[in-house]
Amino acid sequence: MGKLTIGCFSSLVGSLSLDFAVKLANTAIKKGHTVDFWVSGNATMLSKKGQRAFKDYSALMKIVQEMTATGKFQITACEACAEARGYHKEDTLEGFKRHSMDWYLASSFSADRVLHIGGD
Amino acid sequence: MATKKLAFIVRSMPYKTEASRLALTHAIASQTVEIYLEDGDMVEPVVAFMGDGVLNCLKNQNAMGMYGVTSIEQHLKNSLLLDLKVLICKEDVERFGLSESSLIMDAEDIGGETKATIVPFSEIQQEMETSNHLLFF
Repeated sequence: MGKLTIGCFSSLVGSLSLDFAVKLANTAIKKGHTVDFWVSGNATMLSKKGQRAFKDYSALMKIVQEMTATGKFQITACEACAEARGYHKEDTLEGFKRHSMDWYLASSFSADRVLHIGGD
Repeated sequence: MATKKLAFIVRSMPYKTEASRLALTHAIASQTVEIYLEDGDMVEPVVAFMGDGVLNCLKNQNAMGMYGVTSIEQHLKNSLLLDLKVLICKEDVERFGLSESSLIMDAEDIGGETKATIVPFSEIQQEMETSNHLLFF
């Protein structure tokens, strides 16, 4: 089984790129792979506590928690990107780490595949 | 001990989105990645601007004046100051009618010695083929 590193920069609401990236991660985990997931830029919104699920908006918190519980999934938010958006440490969902961008590069170093989904 | 090459391919226009800025800040983060790696392991970044992305390399950006933020120009110069390999696609430079003199080719004003190079796409492709991972911004 391999290690996948996924980076995503798209916001939780307003784009479906983050949904795609999370679902891809979930599929990889179900196949037995491990996944490191990096959220940077607007995607740091995913790390924010207090999200409320509406039928009209993407809600990914539950699936992220389920993936984290498998022990095969690490999710890390870019600390500077989060702070710039007013998402502080105390606002961060349980299970999320916060690091600088070098964490992503280090994860890429040891990954079998890197999928940089990007986004606005 | 291993070195993994990561190619940061910048295709986004400057300032329209955060993408090109994040490409450079992530590439620059290669300078501190060792704290997470085993001794002797390294990440070698290469930054390539192509398509609309070559517009990030225009000189005399005034992001601080217009938006109150640091410019892509400053990030690009910091990349050169840190000796990152920076490539600019020749075909796309010509497509936009740009000249080398209109582009940020060095960081001499802040003490940098490394220069950016304008290269044919085939050279960028070669860099991509020899990279361990590609990151498109």
